[in-house]
Amino acid sequence: MSGTRASGRLGIGLLFSLALLAAAGALLMAMNHLDEGHHSSAPAPATASTPAEQVQRGAYLARAGNCMGCHTRRGGAAYAGGLGIPTPFGTVFAPNLTPDPATGLGDWSREDFWHALHHGRGRDGRLLTPVFPYSNYSLVNRDDSDALWAYLQSLPPEKSARRAHELRFPYNTQLALAVWRALYFRPQVFKPNPSESAAWNRGAYLAQGLGHCNACHGPRNAWGATSADDDFGGSRLDALGWYAPSLHDPSEASVSGWTPEALRDWLRSGVSPKANASGPMAEVIQGSTQYLNDADLDALGSYLRALPVRTATNGPAGPNTSAALRPLGEKLYEVNCAQCHGGHGEGAEGAYPALAGNRALLMSRPDNLLRMLMRGGFAPTTVSHPRPYGMPPFSGLLSDQELAAVASFVRNAWGNRASDVSALDVLRLKDTRVD
Amino acid sequence: MLERWSVFAALCLLAAAATAAPKVEDSIAQRAMACTLCHGKEGRASAEGYYPRIAGKPQGYLYRQLLNFRDGRRDYGLMSDLIAPLGDAYLEELAGYFAALELPYPAPQAPTLDAGQLALARRLVQQGDAQRALPACVQCHGQTLSGLQPAIPGLLGLPRDYLNGQLGAWRAGQRRAQAPDCMAQIAKQLRPDEINAISQWLASRPVPADYHAAPAHEHALPLQCGDLR
Repeated sequence: MSGTRASGRLGIGLLFSLALLAAAGALLMAMNHLDEGHHSSAPAPATASTPAEQVQRGAYLARAGNCMGCHTRRGGAAYAGGLGIPTPFGTVFAPNLTPDPATGLGDWSREDFWHALHHGRGRDGRLLTPVFPYSNYSLVNRDDSDALWAYLQSLPPEKSARRAHELRFPYNTQLALAVWRALYFRPQVFKPNPSESAAWNRGAYLAQGLGHCNACHGPRNAWGATSADDDFGGSRLDALGWYAPSLHDPSEASVSGWTPEALRDWLRSGVSPKANASGPMAEVIQGSTQYLNDADLDALGSYLRALPVRTATNGPAGPNTSAALRPLGEKLYEVNCAQCHGGHGEGAEGAYPALAGNRALLMSRPDNLLRMLMRGGFAPTTVSHPRPYGMPPFSGLLSDQELAAVASFVRNAWGNRASDVSALDVLRLKDTRVD
Repeated sequence: MLERWSVFAALCLLAAAATAAPKVEDSIAQRAMACTLCHGKEGRASAEGYYPRIAGKPQGYLYRQLLNFRDGRRDYGLMSDLIAPLGDAYLEELAGYFAALELPYPAPQAPTLDAGQLALARRLVQQGDAQRALPACVQCHGQTLSGLQPAIPGLLGLPRDYLNGQLGAWRAGQRRAQAPDCMAQIAKQLRPDEINAISQWLASRPVPADYHAAPAHEHALPLQCGDLR
């Protein structure tokens, strides 16, 4: 009797658990199919553009999204994929976007493409990894998606077999992606803010959508999710060995104090009296923003210059333990650096940036400064600035201690004030992967 | 009095010079300073010999190497990283700057191998090995090994370690060129001791007084080379 009751209870318990599981599964499914149905069956929008105009607009939008930045292997055919993108969860390989039927998007439809962009789903319905930033691309409207599609289909087909992602378990499972999406992904086309100007809204659409600025500049949680498409609070790009500074913090990379002209020139040329672009931002300027028209650059500027101002989430400056390395740094500076950057860190306009008052040097973490010292770098070749000046790498010439000394000196000379750098900081950065 | 004033004026001038903004020319030489920290003053190679001389090598050769580094066919992170954001025309201009420099070459390095090994090296360089279908170095790099315009480099005046390193890298697939990669085909047929001997012999040859890549001419090469197209 008691056995029957016990098994009955067990049965009810089991049923209840199953029901709970089914409900959770249904919820998970539902969360992964948000915003579907009405958009997916939308007819082609009535655009007045000819197919050729649509392709041209798509080419422009592909630049705005810097699609090539990930979908082209170093030295490989444009948009043919193959580049490995390192993440904390493993390496993701960008697929071939050219219309090759076997290895690219040749047998995709306009509809399939929209699903990928807006819902983060592959043609077979599989959930795509969010390294493809569909949290941003979801904001892109259907008209722009169709133009991008028309452009990609106009490319010469390239045979370039897709390389399987090398993600660790469980990140390589559809279930993990479904849970991640349920937690962090809500597909939604960009909704203009009626209380802002048309230019601001266009800038927001570009920065949050195709531009996916927060993919680098936005902080990420332990599961790799950014907090919001309009949070550019700064982020360490561990896999690349760079820190993408905060666009909200005037002591980092906020442009609230820049004139519209200065910002436009910088996004177009990669150089300005205030900052030379290098590393991942040089890539973005070279592959994307230099091609934007004046109206879009100004729109981007009005959005970025109006971003809320707040302190970076990068953490407060470390304790200033010892200034002992500064005298050594000063000596090394005079021999190795002053020739270009000047005896007083004043730089040389149009060529070498001033170091006095240069924000890139003074951030609480010295990562980018050390990276530049160790590996050097050029501003990007752009149409308006084709022959940039560059800095040689000092990693083979100076020891960790000497690099730390130079960094400590320039962070505290000519009115600069920031924490000193130790040889350990240099060593720690050397351990990060550098591609 | 006048003397004192002129001393004062001179001191003022000195002070002004000391605090003046750095002299930065809008020139290709100024831009090339990002290269010469490693490649030595004016690209004549550093004392350690790890970073090769680039001064005086044919422009086409240097340009193709820059493209190979930038586009991932050659594998040296520091170099690839540095020039990643630079455009073709600019790289070609930098290559042309170093190619046009006329600078003295270093003294030859005394070989440490025995005469038999050096004779083997000399034979491989000047005659190749018909049995293995190995062309002689001189067939492409010229009878005086001074290279051929626009893109075949000279082989003299280079450090032994550098030559060894390059032949070894080609053999191991670490250094690559556009396909078909003729130098890789050759290096893969060479034994390590042959590579060492060739490097020793080449580095021991004095650089002739008039050492310049021969002008471009129609020249049947023994192998197809992707980087020469």
